[in-house]
Amino acid sequence: MSFSHPEAHAQAAAANATAFAPIGARRLLALGGIGLILVGMLVGDIFAVFVLHQNAAKVGASLTAAAHAAVAGDSKAVLASFQATGGFLENRGTKVDTHVHMIAFGYLALMLAILQPWVALSEDTKKKLAWIFLLGAGLLPVGVFMIHYIGLAYSPLESIGWASIGADFGGLLVMVATVGYLGGLGKRAQEKENLQLRDGLLEDRSTAGRTLLAGGLALVLLGFVHGVYYAGVDLYKHEALDFSLLSQMGAGAAANNVGMVDTALSQYAQLGGDKAVKIAAHAHAIEFGLLAILLAFFQPYVRLQEAWKRRWAWVLLCGSLLLPVCVLLELNFGLLAGGMADAGGLLVIIALLAMWIGIVRYTGEIDVAAQSSEGTR
Amino acid sequence: MLGARKLLILGGITLALLGMGYGMWYAVFQEHQELGNIGGTLAAGFTAAAERNPVAAQSALKQYSELKYLYDRHVDVHGHWIGLAMLLILLGIAYDRVELSERVKIFLATGLLAGSLLFPLGVLFQTFSHDSGPRGLAVMGSALVIVSLGGMTLGFVRERRRS
Repeated sequence: MSFSHPEAHAQAAAANATAFAPIGARRLLALGGIGLILVGMLVGDIFAVFVLHQNAAKVGASLTAAAHAAVAGDSKAVLASFQATGGFLENRGTKVDTHVHMIAFGYLALMLAILQPWVALSEDTKKKLAWIFLLGAGLLPVGVFMIHYIGLAYSPLESIGWASIGADFGGLLVMVATVGYLGGLGKRAQEKENLQLRDGLLEDRSTAGRTLLAGGLALVLLGFVHGVYYAGVDLYKHEALDFSLLSQMGAGAAANNVGMVDTALSQYAQLGGDKAVKIAAHAHAIEFGLLAILLAFFQPYVRLQEAWKRRWAWVLLCGSLLLPVCVLLELNFGLLAGGMADAGGLLVIIALLAMWIGIVRYTGEIDVAAQSSEGTR
Repeated sequence: MLGARKLLILGGITLALLGMGYGMWYAVFQEHQELGNIGGTLAAGFTAAAERNPVAAQSALKQYSELKYLYDRHVDVHGHWIGLAMLLILLGIAYDRVELSERVKIFLATGLLAGSLLFPLGVLFQTFSHDSGPRGLAVMGSALVIVSLGGMTLGFVRERRRS
């Protein structure tokens, strides 16, 4: 395979061989971070297709059952329905948390990877902290995922199960590693030459990197503007409507008026959908924007042709825009928009996977170069 | 004078610590109680309706609505402070690529930091008062964030074109 600037690449590879050493902190955090984001996105996609809608329907059905039990004057059935709703919400909540935490830890790992040259700790300590971070970042989401299935089985505690204990321990590991790195950054800040450090990742000015940086920031801006619009125009209206519809359900049930309860239930479901798509669009635009900005820094490590690096950058940005826009259109265009949103998510995953493979190729290249130079000696 | 880059990175780390500290305090001391009360008041509202007591049902649902209002804002404050902190740190790292004068860069960095602090703070104040003051603070903070981010995006685009 030919590259646009082979000599420049060779020089950059030699300079970064130390910074990106085998099983070094930066390499562990970069590959582990992108891996966490990839798995988190796949979990999110699988969850969206196979669990989210079915679960939302069950929550809606439980609320309907509670309202109908209230109409029938059966207060025991009301409480039973709400207990069932609690179970469905726990199932949903733990899966959303698994998805969100994997991606958030992936972002944090990438940011820590960028900051490695400024962490004034020995390479051995940095490596240990990277392993601790990745262990915790893997353990917490797995623990959270298992909470719904393990519950309190064999737990020594009254209200916290083994899965929660595992998740909390994972969170503690992440905190220990992050505080360790923060301490290293603080140590560097006290040194006089702290800002004079040079790093190949930050000096990169490739087209792909610049595109991801500008595009990512534009996505963040777009997501933020949409969030402000939602807060200004819809939020208070939604909150008032939420109370009004629940009141209608309560009043209708107390007056034994099934029609009034059913109308309120139907409007309540629409309100829930409207809120969910607007918040999801806002959050995803910003998260994808941050991802693009983070990936912009790692472009020197992506060992692909410049043209392909540019293409993958655009694929990632297009997918990042398509998903939130189509999520917003879901209320008007239903499954068609939902399918296009999923396609947007898939584009992001494919582009991310391509960049991850590019980084793995780069690691192979510098490792082989290092081995052959050792062999020559 | 503190450089724009340093301002963004140090401000971001401070904001992240603030957001995490606030989130931890909320999770340990308030969240579980608040969530329990949210579920409890909603169930109480429907139970009262089943017992043909519309006044008690309305009162419980009103409480539910108020608790939900508080919960949403507490979580939003925590999430937005940390999210904006991450953005500040990343922009700080990449700030030398913004093709604008140093004065404008400092102005934008100060605006972004101030907006990132004030916008969630306005949301937090909404948990104490429903008046327009906290809402105005949140609007002002978000306007500062939008204007600063817009300026920085232009700076990145200019650098991209120049190169």
